[in-house]
Amino acid sequence: MEKTLKMIQSVSSSCTKIEAADVMVSVDKKDLHKVCEALYKDGWDYLINLNAIDNVENIEIVYHISKSADMEKFLVLKTNTTDVENPIIETVSDIWKSANLYEREAYDFFGVRFLNHPDMRRLFLRPDWVGYPLRKNYDNTPNEGIPSKVHDMDACEDVPSITLDRHGEIVENHTNLFGRNEYVVNFGPQHPSTHGVLHLRVSLDGEMIKKIDPNFGYIHRGIEKMMESMTYPQMLYLTERFDYLCGSMNRHALCMCVEKAMGIEIPKRAEYIRTIFDELNRIASHLLGWACMCNDMGSITAFIYGMRDREKIMDIFQETAGGRLMVNYYVIGGVAQDIHPNFVNRVKEFIPYLRKMIKEYHTLFTGNPIARGRMINCGFLKKEDAVALGMSGPNGRASGWHCDVRKIAPYAAYSEVDFKEILHDGGDTIDRYMIRLEEIEESLKIIEQLIDKIPEGDFRAKVPAIVKVPEGEYYQRVENARGDFGVYLKSTGDKSPYRIHFRSPSLVAVSGLDPICKDTKIADLIMIGGSLDYVIPCIDR
Amino acid sequence: MLEVGGILSWIHEALSSACPEWLTLLIEYVLIGVGFLALYALIALILILLERKICAYYQCRLGPMRAGFWGLLQPLADMFKILMKEIIPLLKNDKFLFFTALFLVIMGSLCTFGALEFSKDLIGIDFNVGVFYVLAISSLGVLGILLAGWSSNNKYTMIGAMRAGAQLVSYELSSGLSLLAIVILGGTMQLSGLIEAQSELWFLFQSPFTWIAMVIYLIAGHAETNRGPFDLPEAESELTAGYHIEYSGITFGLFYVGEYVNMFTIAGIGTMVFLGGWQPLHIPGADAFNEIMNMIPTWLWFFAKAFALVMLSLWVRWSFPRLRIDQLLHLEWKILMPISLLNMLLMALWVAYF
Repeated sequence: MEKTLKMIQSVSSSCTKIEAADVMVSVDKKDLHKVCEALYKDGWDYLINLNAIDNVENIEIVYHISKSADMEKFLVLKTNTTDVENPIIETVSDIWKSANLYEREAYDFFGVRFLNHPDMRRLFLRPDWVGYPLRKNYDNTPNEGIPSKVHDMDACEDVPSITLDRHGEIVENHTNLFGRNEYVVNFGPQHPSTHGVLHLRVSLDGEMIKKIDPNFGYIHRGIEKMMESMTYPQMLYLTERFDYLCGSMNRHALCMCVEKAMGIEIPKRAEYIRTIFDELNRIASHLLGWACMCNDMGSITAFIYGMRDREKIMDIFQETAGGRLMVNYYVIGGVAQDIHPNFVNRVKEFIPYLRKMIKEYHTLFTGNPIARGRMINCGFLKKEDAVALGMSGPNGRASGWHCDVRKIAPYAAYSEVDFKEILHDGGDTIDRYMIRLEEIEESLKIIEQLIDKIPEGDFRAKVPAIVKVPEGEYYQRVENARGDFGVYLKSTGDKSPYRIHFRSPSLVAVSGLDPICKDTKIADLIMIGGSLDYVIPCIDR
Repeated sequence: MLEVGGILSWIHEALSSACPEWLTLLIEYVLIGVGFLALYALIALILILLERKICAYYQCRLGPMRAGFWGLLQPLADMFKILMKEIIPLLKNDKFLFFTALFLVIMGSLCTFGALEFSKDLIGIDFNVGVFYVLAISSLGVLGILLAGWSSNNKYTMIGAMRAGAQLVSYELSSGLSLLAIVILGGTMQLSGLIEAQSELWFLFQSPFTWIAMVIYLIAGHAETNRGPFDLPEAESELTAGYHIEYSGITFGLFYVGEYVNMFTIAGIGTMVFLGGWQPLHIPGADAFNEIMNMIPTWLWFFAKAFALVMLSLWVRWSFPRLRIDQLLHLEWKILMPISLLNMLLMALWVAYF
């Protein structure tokens, strides 16, 4: 890390190192692009997360960066602009492709415009929305700022961008997303295969896909803003509403983030229980992902099979925690209550059952010549593209990218179990398909190792009645069923956070649709969408 | 004693003794028409229940259980629901073509249905070029589907209709060619004549090439009914419902019924040309066995065989994922069509030399 710091200093003299939990560097906004370019050349090719913070006197942009070849390296880069009225910062979307959507999000919520960014539309809110909701001075009285005129779809096609002209003056450009005579079909927001209320504008040439423009925000609830006025235990309940299919893991991330910040040591028993629950949840999520993908390809029987076996996990959850989809089980300091006496036995019964069923899935669907014909050599994603888009998780691993946070930065009881990180190097749809079924088997192995060894003792540490996170910035990653899920927390020592941001692996998965699906057919778009396994509430937050 | 033919001739005699000839004919035509429509609707209802139950068992479910014992009244409930639903008018579409399309689809399906011989002497339309009639009239449905997709003024229906056009026109070739192979074997184009030719032995056992023809016919016929894995024109997960998105209430219901009865018609024609239609299973030489088989009524034979083929179609429908349009056309033009052409040639040689 010292080398990297020296390298940054050689590029930008104004950079300063900030003392914090992670390695954090502050860079002047003039040098930002240069520093990022130098970092990229040094192998820092994975932009994990980008978010903005409104500090009232300035607006800060935080970049979390890592190396795809050496994922344990982790660097936080910061820059800020004091021009709060009209904040402009240079884009990094030409360096890291994944920054494209992140910067649009920052523009949507904070009004930060990015110079040279090709597409400065709002990401979640309507194009005619007034104000920037996550700014501290935003007037959030109901019905203020919500435009009353009828929303015109054509406004979504107007792409503004800002660039510098020859004299260094800022000019605003407008281009049109689609050509005049393009055959644009709206996939969604009500469509059986968009896995929620995703809206894709697809330009077609017959059956061939020319361009895909995702349109988000139909179920945006402003959770990040809501959380700024909530206490930490209250916030936990919302975390499961992002990615409802693997809610426990999201909740785990926030719990660990707060625990790390407050220095709470959680009991071994709770760590084991959390790991088992995480893995069960991962299995449930992968089963549903598999089932939905089969359904997208027209095999409804396979869909029902997946749902049937997932139900068994839901029953196990229900017995211990009371919740099924929203398990609501983890709390800061451990878990809400002890496991049910039947829990261990039921999990043990479930493991051989699911192993048998996975064999059946392979017979029913994987070996099917039509299914193989559809999936093989279709929807190719290169490893470099996966890294550039930030497509971590099963999608990245299907392209051969070692990116499992459970291996990179082990948390809970993952360092104590022996499991394999499944890597495929094909990058095809079939790899993304297979990797989910194989990961289910790995998860079963993890559970098998832990289930007999749950230590006795407390299931919950002593936590102060009012949780106050000490001042500072914290970032916690977990591997959820869709990839690298992160929580960024900035606290001023209050009982609610100053700014909280979540890194959504589904958002990057959708951003990959356009490059992957180019020149494939409509049927492939649906299948590839199923294989990327995105969950829309996680994107919209 | 259990034959329907006897009842029919009894009705005919009773009518002709009471009425003049023209009135007898008129009454009989009306009765036949009503009878066919009733049978058409009844078979659709049976198939809907059958499909829901069968697919439920494939998927480890129970299917409809609430309406009546074992869910037997479910299709009736569905029928009344769909009859009472509102037909939502569209603003900017071609109303004339929109409803003509529906008419064409139902007409195509009904007229093909009329060419089935349900039991001995019970056949509605029996031309001397019956096979040509079936091939011609069943392709009326394609026109209906294309018009439906076009006149709905919707991008999804348009894509669905184009897919349907490409698919149905292609697959009609191999289903037609495999039927022609049988025409060569049977030496006639009349459907009742073809069945007559199977009284000793079903065509399936008369030549090895009938097997090839039958497999091709079943694949192509399955594709013609727009059912999975060939359900691209209405691919639910891609085009939401394909060409009939904009139809609501009973207008949608008629498409639905037409699709189900087409499935039965395809199975029925398959039964007639490959499995002997209403002919009982006969083994040449085994007279005692043949006598026992003859005691089973002929309509039961027909429906048993036709429903067995329908079950095969359901089995395929609920086990396979959907093909992609290029794979679908590849299957037809590069695999099925050459095989069926070759098969026709081999069949001709077989007939000439054996």
